[in-house]
Amino acid sequence: MKAFLILLRRELALAWGKGGGPLLALAFYAGVVTLLPMAAGRAPEKLAAVAPGIAWLALALAALLSLERLFERDFEDGALDLLALGPASLEAVAVAKCLAQWLTSGAPLALAAPIAALALGADPKIIPLLVLCGLAGGLAFAFLGGLGASLALGSRRGGLLVAVIVLPLYVPPVIFGAGALDALAGGLPWTAGLYLMLAYCAAAVALSPLAMAAACRNALD
Amino acid sequence: MLRTVLIKDLAVSRGERRLFSGLNLELAAGEAIALTGRNGAGKTSLLRAVAGLLRPEAGEITFEDVEADTARAEHLHMVGHHDGLKSTRTAWEELRFQTLWTGGTEASARVAAQRMDLNRLLDLEVRRLSAGQRRRLALARLVASPRSLWLLDEPMAPLDAGHRAAFGQLMAEHLNGGGMILAAVHDPLPVSARIVEVGA
Repeated sequence: MKAFLILLRRELALAWGKGGGPLLALAFYAGVVTLLPMAAGRAPEKLAAVAPGIAWLALALAALLSLERLFERDFEDGALDLLALGPASLEAVAVAKCLAQWLTSGAPLALAAPIAALALGADPKIIPLLVLCGLAGGLAFAFLGGLGASLALGSRRGGLLVAVIVLPLYVPPVIFGAGALDALAGGLPWTAGLYLMLAYCAAAVALSPLAMAAACRNALD
Repeated sequence: MLRTVLIKDLAVSRGERRLFSGLNLELAAGEAIALTGRNGAGKTSLLRAVAGLLRPEAGEITFEDVEADTARAEHLHMVGHHDGLKSTRTAWEELRFQTLWTGGTEASARVAAQRMDLNRLLDLEVRRLSAGQRRRLALARLVASPRSLWLLDEPMAPLDAGHRAAFGQLMAEHLNGGGMILAAVHDPLPVSARIVEVGA
């Protein structure tokens, strides 16, 4: 546990320190949300209808931004060797990395999502659900993204490969989350979508570290 | 603490190419082995196999009464060409992390910095360091968190004469304390070492 915290602290420092991380993701998010009315038309009723969906979709895409470097950086400079020879298992290393990714990009994005949704004219009653979906979905995006990043280790077009691996895995939480938000906005029963998304998220967090560790071992070999 | 490393009938391939096979080696407490051989003979691969990072094609590597996984998580250090130092972090941040991660303390990291003559460099970002300074920073964790087996890949190549001598002194102390060193080298080690040629 101590080793896990030491590593988590380093990962957070690296994510903040390199100047991109959370700010880049937030800027991307802000960009999508501000450009949308210009591209899709300014009619308020039209925007309000798509607002929850767009806010949610932009979250998923922003989560993709810094994924490629999640393992690649440590793989290239040899730090992954050091991490593999430490007191924590590679599974724990993978969890620490994904958690740091979530804390520095997923969580800030989820907290920024209400502003974007309100600016687009979404119904304020969906805000709590949007934040919850953003936080839980962001966790799933971070872990599934880490899975993609670890599988793409050592390949030349890593970024492209990450997107190809990760996008299909992002589909279920996007559908469940958007479904729940839509249902709530439309006054329909919405809990089923939320539960499905939380279940998917729990499965992603539980299972993907095993695959990430295996992929890292494979890349180091 | 590890007392022996036993390598039996080891074979390693990279892709289609067989680097070496039938390699037998025994390393005992207090002993150093210098691995020599032409470029690409498999010295680095042998070190990585001992560290458990690379799966050998055949043969086995054992550490007597310590499980291989435990040995790798707690009892060995590997310092290679890729030092894993992050160029945008300061030397101290990196040394501190590497030390804590491998089981040392902040105080032991300070001592190691002193021993490796790094004190003036600790506040600098790693990218400002020269190749030799960088290597000293990477080697500092050997001192900062005591582990019995050192796997070194060309450890002294970028060091100047003074620091080579100082590092030789550290290696001698490590061996006197019952440690073991397995080093891939082209120049002779500054401590008495058995020479094993890889891929001969």
